[in-house]
Amino acid sequence: MLCPECGKRPATIHYTKIINGNKTEQYLCEVCAHEKGDVPTFENGFSFQKLLSSFLNFEPSFSEHESRATVKHQTLRCPTCGMTYNQFGKFGRFGCSDCYYTFRTHLEPMLRRIHGHTTHRGKIPERTKGALKIRRKLELLKEELARKVQAEEFEEAAKIRDQIRALQEQLEQ
Amino acid sequence: MSLQHFIKNAISEWMRVKGPQSDIVFSSRVRIARNLAGLPFPTLSTSSQAEEVVRMVYEAWQKDSDLPFLKKAAFIRMSDLTPLEKRVLVEKHLISPQLAEESPHGAVLLSQDEAISIMINEEDHIRIQCLFPGLQLEKAWEMASHLDDWLEKHFTFAFDDQCGYLTSCPTNLGTGIRASVMVHLPALAMIQQLPRLLPVITQVGLAVRGIYGEGSEALGQLYQISNQVTLGQSEEEIIDKLQGVVRQIIEHELDARRRILHQSALELEDRVYRSYGILAHSRVIDSKEAMQRLSDVRLGVDLNLIKEVSASVMNELMVMIQPGFLQQYAGQRLDPEERDVRRAKLIRERLLMENNNPSE
Ligand SMILES: [Zn+2]
Ligand SMILES: [Zn+2]
Repeated sequence: MLCPECGKRPATIHYTKIINGNKTEQYLCEVCAHEKGDVPTFENGFSFQKLLSSFLNFEPSFSEHESRATVKHQTLRCPTCGMTYNQFGKFGRFGCSDCYYTFRTHLEPMLRRIHGHTTHRGKIPERTKGALKIRRKLELLKEELARKVQAEEFEEAAKIRDQIRALQEQLEQ
Repeated sequence: MSLQHFIKNAISEWMRVKGPQSDIVFSSRVRIARNLAGLPFPTLSTSSQAEEVVRMVYEAWQKDSDLPFLKKAAFIRMSDLTPLEKRVLVEKHLISPQLAEESPHGAVLLSQDEAISIMINEEDHIRIQCLFPGLQLEKAWEMASHLDDWLEKHFTFAFDDQCGYLTSCPTNLGTGIRASVMVHLPALAMIQQLPRLLPVITQVGLAVRGIYGEGSEALGQLYQISNQVTLGQSEEEIIDKLQGVVRQIIEHELDARRRILHQSALELEDRVYRSYGILAHSRVIDSKEAMQRLSDVRLGVDLNLIKEVSASVMNELMVMIQPGFLQQYAGQRLDPEERDVRRAKLIRERLLMENNNPSE
């Protein structure tokens, strides 16, 4: 099953949200669940919450009392190739490239053990190069945006938001 | 396709060229792993998916077969080879044992000089291997990267910003690179320094193996040293580090050779000629002893102690006395006892030929 939020990564995390006593359950990918779990609450920052949420891609929920991602690794199974983490343990080989997203939480300590690192620093495929640069820039801009909002520099924040929009459109093309 | 060309000659064309430091480093190899986006890795692929990968690489080659590095290359399917033919390719290090034995849809694209082999449907969809004589890891990496760029024009590889190139086994993740050198360390073995040196190599994050790959025993004081880490360092950093360690090993081996020559030249010369005598006259010899004797004589050649034979003949024999080659030469399957007899005969004949028509 793919994550309903981003439609890109496999949904491996059981996400429970309680709003005004109503419990909603969802399966999300790790990235989206993480973003949801870290929802900053602005007491009076109605419009800024909205500003931020349009980038972080979550519904504004102002009366939210509890938002909690329970990382329950329901039998982790790659939605693309069907490999389970147990099978990986036996084979020592992944079934497909999506396994790397499915088993990401298990992967980090393993990669640290094998390589002493978790991030690639080598060659980048020619055709990914442009897009990768944009994605790296986007990450930086999003951090910048969060800082501006925190510092209540809203005009600046709006400018950065426009830059982010432009880059996102560029990526989609 | 002339398969005979690939298996007849024990010495690949790339090996005929003398590389830098070739008295100690026999060869440098760089292998990189790549997978096609959107297809399961070979362990889980269906027959039709595996055939799809073979077809895709085949078509890419067909389109670009006039590229200099692919001129007169051969596209060979594992299913078209006999077990013996596959074994010969493994003994020449042109394909991996895994491709030969466990890949029903395996194939290889081999350049004419055999310096390049692109393995298909091994553990990963694609494994590009480049072999160079002597210590030339940078060149081998440049060539492999160039081939990678070529293939990338045709396919999208499975790649992730954080993890790098996605591979079937996480031990290859990131760069997917395995750089290795084959080194001959007879003097360090003679002065019993290897048991001290080899663990140090492992401690600095490199792997040491016998020449025929994982788990194989070191024959003839030939060792394969390779990187272990593939993630978090650039290809250049990985190669630099390996090259730096190999340079130090070369220094130690050269130093050991000088010391032996200085302290016990006569004993060394005696050992070289005894080994030569056994190679030239024995009637039964197993591969372990043959490799050891060849190692002794090769050291004698490198130190100018013996003139009867050349380094290239020693290289050739080290490959030709392997079981696959012996059986190829005999034209039939041989049990181990028969192989020991054939091996002795082959070595005798080769050395006799050298005496009648010296190659250098
Ligand atoms: Zn998601
Ligand atoms: Zn998978």
